[in-house]
Amino acid sequence: MNAFSGGLDWLATSAHWHGDDGFPHRIVQHLGYTALTVAIASAIALPLGLWIGHTGRLRGLAIAVTGALRALPTLGLLTLVVIWRGIGLTPPTVALVVLAIPPLLAGAYAGLESVDRATTDAARAIGMTEWQVLGRVEVPLALPLILGGVRAAVLQVIATATIAAYPGLGGLGRFIIDGLAVRDYPQMVAGSLVIVALALILDGLFAVTQRALYRHQ
Amino acid sequence: MKITRLALPALAATALLSLAACGSDPTNTAGTNTSSGDSTTASANGAKPIVVGSASFGESEILAEIYAQALKAKGIDASTHLDIGAREAYIGALKDGSISLFPEYSGNLLTFLDPSASATAPDDVTAALTSTLASKEPDLKVLTPSAAEDKDSLNVTADFAAKNNVHSIADLKGIDGLSLAANPEFKTRAYGLPGMEKLYGITGVKFTPINDGGGPATLKALTSGKVDVADIYSTTPSITENKLVTLEDPQHLIAAQNVVPLIRSDHDNADVDAVLNAVSAKLSTQALLELNTTFNGSDKPKAADVAADWLKANGLA
Amino acid sequence: MRWFLDNWTDIRGLAWRHLWLSIVPVVLGFVLAVPIGYVAHRWRLGGSALVSIASVVYTIPSLPLLVILPSLLGTTFLDPTNVIVVLTIYAVAVMVRSAADGFGSVSEAVVDAARASGYSAWQRAVQVELPLAGPVLLAGVRVVSVSTVSLATISPLIGVSNLGSLFTDGFQRSFATEIVIGIVCVVVLALLLDLLWVLLGRVAMPWLSVRGAR
Repeated sequence: MNAFSGGLDWLATSAHWHGDDGFPHRIVQHLGYTALTVAIASAIALPLGLWIGHTGRLRGLAIAVTGALRALPTLGLLTLVVIWRGIGLTPPTVALVVLAIPPLLAGAYAGLESVDRATTDAARAIGMTEWQVLGRVEVPLALPLILGGVRAAVLQVIATATIAAYPGLGGLGRFIIDGLAVRDYPQMVAGSLVIVALALILDGLFAVTQRALYRHQ
Repeated sequence: MKITRLALPALAATALLSLAACGSDPTNTAGTNTSSGDSTTASANGAKPIVVGSASFGESEILAEIYAQALKAKGIDASTHLDIGAREAYIGALKDGSISLFPEYSGNLLTFLDPSASATAPDDVTAALTSTLASKEPDLKVLTPSAAEDKDSLNVTADFAAKNNVHSIADLKGIDGLSLAANPEFKTRAYGLPGMEKLYGITGVKFTPINDGGGPATLKALTSGKVDVADIYSTTPSITENKLVTLEDPQHLIAAQNVVPLIRSDHDNADVDAVLNAVSAKLSTQALLELNTTFNGSDKPKAADVAADWLKANGLA
Repeated sequence: MRWFLDNWTDIRGLAWRHLWLSIVPVVLGFVLAVPIGYVAHRWRLGGSALVSIASVVYTIPSLPLLVILPSLLGTTFLDPTNVIVVLTIYAVAVMVRSAADGFGSVSEAVVDAARASGYSAWQRAVQVELPLAGPVLLAGVRVVSVSTVSLATISPLIGVSNLGSLFTDGFQRSFATEIVIGIVCVVVLALLLDLLWVLLGRVAMPWLSVRGAR
């Protein structure tokens, strides 16, 4: 038995590309969870990271918190929130947001720190306000590193959003959880391949964007 | 350049995966491993030491402890390897000799070995299981099943039952927009949605797969009104605690799930049989419910202690 | 709290198992990723592809990998080796990028100077570039280490118990305390291990100031 060719056959079966259980719908759901999670995590982590990077305050704390958040086991978090809140969108979203915050936060403050002090001082010297220094000098210069953080966060969430299928949601994790339940290895392999492909495509898009940004500087 | 950046990793990933997929066959390893314990320390009667495995839920762990402690009480060398999450992992472990005994459920084991099996009555399931094992897994055998059963059961809340006058699965027919939560396999297995349609003519069920075997998440989905019907294992204390109504099954949709010792043939002998048969004779569905209630109770005791108390109370240790 | 004290010996056993299930993959991951990262850094054309492959490997879902692996490796089903192999794969996937970044952070002028003073390619790599890449490598090890401790919680699926077992058990009994204890233990373990790497880093790179060894 070759699990890999079985997975390709499963992928090539047109019946698996239609309806609520089909790949297109599952991919849209998967990307939906990813977008939601990264958006929430960005809303929390990016302002915080920019503030830390701009002021240089609480840097030690930020590093410690980032480390601790990285250590928080996604599975444990998921089961805990399911017990508290029941099934639905909340448990996987909480678990995935926690996963996405560390790279976003690290990208933001490390990005601002990489900006040359002389540059920001010069900006202040020509009369820019702190907001202008941040918005017109620091953020544009730090953008590649900030985007690097977003890239890492998106990849991790894409790979881990399979957990949404545990408490009854959709996404590409369905193929893996359902396949495991009935020992349908081709289905599991097919689901994994689509996740890997999705990650590849998104990573490629980020690479192209980052390169374009570098070229502009 | 852009193309190579994307295509190279894709190619390499593909190559990696297909290389890995051509690896060895799982069944080749059967019988070659003796990591399950020191085979030189055979017990007094010359038998091989027995390692009892369990799945990673309370009832399975308690049953494994009961087997192991009962064997030890009769001077047979036994230990446990609890908490094995996936069925392929523990069946594989039985086949490769990492464990030698497992408390199984007749219907689930039969479906695992033969996904198209259709037997549902206890005796039919046992008969089918014995013959399927003989042909597919000659190294393994089941002993006499106990009367104790822990099977899938369809439950509704008392409110829902009263409002819709539902007592049996048959009564679900015709309820508009019926929603149901169960393990993912319920969608395709004979005892699940296909069987509900075939035996009871129930169609158009909105299915929510929840991967916790009728555990807390499934329960919450039911009690919070997210779903109308929930598949919960019949010896789960939450059924009585929440005054759920378990629907009758006049057409025998749901397969029997008698607790049965699954053992490696090379570890089986008359002494072992005598101990395990005595345990099976004492086990009942009510006993399983009580064991689970104790295990889930406010003290959250250890499986080993729950098992020891039960054995003592039943004069088996 | 009482439950924690009553079950302390069990939890300690699970924590020990968890610890070595995490340390081995991190060390193996480091040993494997550093040469790959060095090649990725030196080999301009294929280098970025190599790093991309590594990060794609990281996105292979762990669940199917864990379940299918014993049949691919020919290992027995309850063998902890399966878990170690999976975690090592992910560790390498993450480490390769930071290893490549680490070697990239070494100034070319220094490497040229070493070449001029007669260092062979091998000597340059081991005696000059490796130590200079040290701080970035250490940062990479620390990230891999925390995430490995966290990821290791999936291993009960294939019969290798560790702190992750507290999650499944607590979940089935609707026992939030047990899950919280599990989470706290995992985080504490991760932070202790992190401390170990920092201390090892100071021993290995005494020339770095305290602040530099972040």
